[in-house]
Amino acid sequence: MVSLEYLKMSPLKKFLYNFLSLIKKIPLAIWSLLRQIPKAFTMLFNGVSGVFKTVASAAVQGDYKTKISLFIMGFGQLFRGQILRGIIYLIFQAVFVFYMLFFGWKYLAKIGSLGEVAMVKVWDDNLGIYTYQYYDNSLLILLYSLLTVCFIIAFLYAWYQSVKQSYIAQQLLELNIPLKTAKDDLKSYANEKYHKTLLSVPVLGLSVFTIFPIIFMVFIAFTNYDAMHSPPKELFSWVGLQNFANLLGGGVTADAAKFAFTFREVLIWTVIWAIFSTFSNYILGMLVAILINKKGIKFKKLWRTVLVFTIAVPQFVSLMLTSQMLKDTGIINHLLQSLGIISSPLPFLTNGVWAKVVIIVVNVWIGIPYTMLICTGILLNIPADLYESAKIDGAGPIRAYFKITLPYMLHVTAPYLISQFIANLNNFNVIFLLTGGAPDALRLQYAGETDLLITWLYKLTFNMGDYKTASVISIFTFIIVAVISLILYNRSNAVKNEEIFM
Amino acid sequence: MAKKYRSKSRVEKASNTAIYAFLIALSIIWLFPFFFLILQSLRGEAGATTNYFFPKIITFDNYIKLFTDTSLFNFPKWYLNTLIVSVAVTVIQSVIVLITSYALSRLRFKMRKPLMNLILILGMFPGFMSMTAVYFVLKEIGLTQNLFGLILVYTASSAMQYYICKGYFDTIPKSLDEAARIDGANRHTVFLKIILPLAKPIIIYGILTAFIAPWGEYMFSSLLMLGDYDKFNVALGLKLMLHRENVSQYFTRFCAGAVCVSIPITALFIWLQKYYVEGITGGSVKG
Repeated sequence: MVSLEYLKMSPLKKFLYNFLSLIKKIPLAIWSLLRQIPKAFTMLFNGVSGVFKTVASAAVQGDYKTKISLFIMGFGQLFRGQILRGIIYLIFQAVFVFYMLFFGWKYLAKIGSLGEVAMVKVWDDNLGIYTYQYYDNSLLILLYSLLTVCFIIAFLYAWYQSVKQSYIAQQLLELNIPLKTAKDDLKSYANEKYHKTLLSVPVLGLSVFTIFPIIFMVFIAFTNYDAMHSPPKELFSWVGLQNFANLLGGGVTADAAKFAFTFREVLIWTVIWAIFSTFSNYILGMLVAILINKKGIKFKKLWRTVLVFTIAVPQFVSLMLTSQMLKDTGIINHLLQSLGIISSPLPFLTNGVWAKVVIIVVNVWIGIPYTMLICTGILLNIPADLYESAKIDGAGPIRAYFKITLPYMLHVTAPYLISQFIANLNNFNVIFLLTGGAPDALRLQYAGETDLLITWLYKLTFNMGDYKTASVISIFTFIIVAVISLILYNRSNAVKNEEIFM
Repeated sequence: MAKKYRSKSRVEKASNTAIYAFLIALSIIWLFPFFFLILQSLRGEAGATTNYFFPKIITFDNYIKLFTDTSLFNFPKWYLNTLIVSVAVTVIQSVIVLITSYALSRLRFKMRKPLMNLILILGMFPGFMSMTAVYFVLKEIGLTQNLFGLILVYTASSAMQYYICKGYFDTIPKSLDEAARIDGANRHTVFLKIILPLAKPIIIYGILTAFIAPWGEYMFSSLLMLGDYDKFNVALGLKLMLHRENVSQYFTRFCAGAVCVSIPITALFIWLQKYYVEGITGGSVKG
C-alpha cells in the first residue's frame, strides 16, 4: 500500500518524501547511538569485575609463586620454566618503575595546574645581562602526563596478564598438563597469533601518530593554549568548556562573537562546497563516460587517455597553474581582453562569489576524469536487455537514463559517493593551492571567503598559533563528518537491502 | 519502413556529430592548461604573464637555470628530497597496507571488528588535527626539519588505507588458503606464497598511489619543514616560486619545474593505468 502510494507521487514529491524521511532518521540514529551507551557500560562493568575476580582468586588460591607474581611480574613464569616470558615481564616492570620514579610522576603531579612558573628573569653577574631560566612547560607537562597515563594503563594490563598467566599455569601444572615452551610461543606467532605479528607495527604507528595526537589535541580544546599563552615563555591552563562556548556564540567579547560568526559562515560554505563538488563531478563525469561509451563513437581510447592525462599530472601542478591562469592579470583575462570579449579583467579569484563558482568549476575539471574512469567500468556491466526492453516499451534515451542508468549507478557507487563527499569536506589541496582561502574578508576572523574548515584550521594553527580554537574546530569537524557519514551509510544500506538489480 | 530507418540514422548521425564536437571541445579544455604550461616553460620573455598565448622567444634557458642556478631555489635538492621520501614511503606503506589487509581479511581474532571500527572513526578526524601534536612530539625527539621525520609522518598511519587492498583480498577464494594449510603450511607461508602472488594488481595500484602522493603533499611538509629550504619537497618549493614577490621573475621557471615533476609521474601513470583503474573501481565500488 505504502509503496503504491510512493510510486504514484511526482518526482518532486518523491524527492521531498525521501528528504523528509532522511531528516526524520537523524534523531533515530542519534537515539540508537545513545542506546549503545548503557550496553557499553554493562560490558565494561562485566569486564572489570571479571578482572577483579581473577586477581582475587589468584591472590587467595594461588601458591607462593602466583602470589609473588602479584608484586614481581614474571616471577611465576620464571619459576615454572617459562624463562622467556618471565624475563620480558620482569624487564617491562623494571622499565616502568624506573620511568615513573625518574620521569613520569614529575609531570603527572602538575597536570592539575599545568605548571606554576614558566620563566624567571635572573640577573647574571658574570655576563652582566638578564638571563632567562625556564621552569614549567605546560605543553610538555600535558604531553608527558598523557604518555604516563598510557604507560600506566599498559602496565596494568601487563600486570593483569602476568598474574592471570601465572595462575593458569599453576592450575595446568596441578592437572599435569605441560606448559608451553618458549619455542611453542614463538611458533604460535606464525600461526594462531599471526595477527599479532602482522598488526603490531601498523597498530603501533597508528597509536603513536594518530590516536595519541588526537587525544592530546582533544585535551588542548579545554585549555587556553594560543599565541598569548605559548610555552616555554608562558603557561597555559585549563579553561573548561569556554572555547566551545565561544565558537557556538556564547562568548561575551566582540572577538568571540566574530569567531562564532566566522565558524558559522565557514561551516556553511564547507557543506555547500562538499555537496556541489561531489555531485557536479559525479553527474558530469558519468555523462562524459556515457558519451564516450555510446555505440558508434570512435577513438574511445583516445578520449579516455586525454582525460586520464589530467589525473596523471600531479594535482598540485594543475592547481597552482590554474590559480596563475585565473589571476586578474593571468592569461585567461589577457586572452579574453585581447579578443575583445571583455573590457576589464574578470575577478575570477578576487570576488568572493566568483571565486566560489570558479573553485567548483576547476574542481570539475580535475574530478571528471576520476568519475569517468570509475563509471566506464560499471556502465559496461549494466545488463543490455534492460535497455532493450525499455526501448520496446517506448522509452527514449533520456528516460532510459533516469530510469535505468542513474538508479543503477547510484546503487552501485553509493559507497564511493559517500567517501568522496567526506573527502571533499576536508579537501585541503584544492582550496589552499587554488585560492589559499582568498579573497580576504573583513567580516571573517583570520579566514577568507573560500576557506573551508580544514584550511581555516591550517591558518589558525600555522599563522596564528591559536591551537585551542583549532582543536575545537577539529572536534566539531569530526562530529559533523561522523554524523553525516552515519546517516549516509545507513541510507545506502537501506538502498542495498532492496536489491533492485540483484 | 525504410524511410523511418533512414530518418533514424540521420538523427543518429547528427547526435554523433554533436558528441564528437563536445568531446573535441572537452579535450581542448582539458589539455589547454598543460599545453600552456609547456609553452610557458619554454618562454624566453620575462614576467609573470604575457598578453599573447604563444611566446615569441623559445628557449630551454628556464630548464637549464632550474638545475644550475640553485642559490635561491635549490630545485635539484627538492627533487631529490621528494624522490627519497616517495621511494621510502612506497616501500614502507606497501608493506604496512598489505599486512594489515591480510590480517583483517583472512585472520579472525577478537579485536578485528573493533579495530576496523576504530580506523573508520579515526578517519573522520581532520588529518591536520593530529598533525599539531605530532609536530610537538617530533620536535621533542628532534625529528622536525628532517626527511626521516616526514617519512615517519606519511607512513605511520598507513594502516588506515587498508580498505581497497582488503576488498581485493576478500575476493581471493578462501579454499586456496585452506588447501595450503592442510598441506602443512603455516599462516605466514600462506600469506607470502599464495596471497601475495595473486594480489599483483592491487600491489601495483598501492605502489603507484603511494609513490605519487608525496609529490603533491603540501599540508604536512609545510609544517614539518618550516624554515629549512633545503628540506622542502617539490610542492613546497614550487609554491614558493609563485609567491607574490617571486612570481614575476620565476613564473617561467616554475613552469619548467612543474614539467620536470609531471613527466616521470605522468609516464608512470600512463604505463600502469590499467592497474590504477582496476584498483579504483574494484576497491571503492562494491555492488
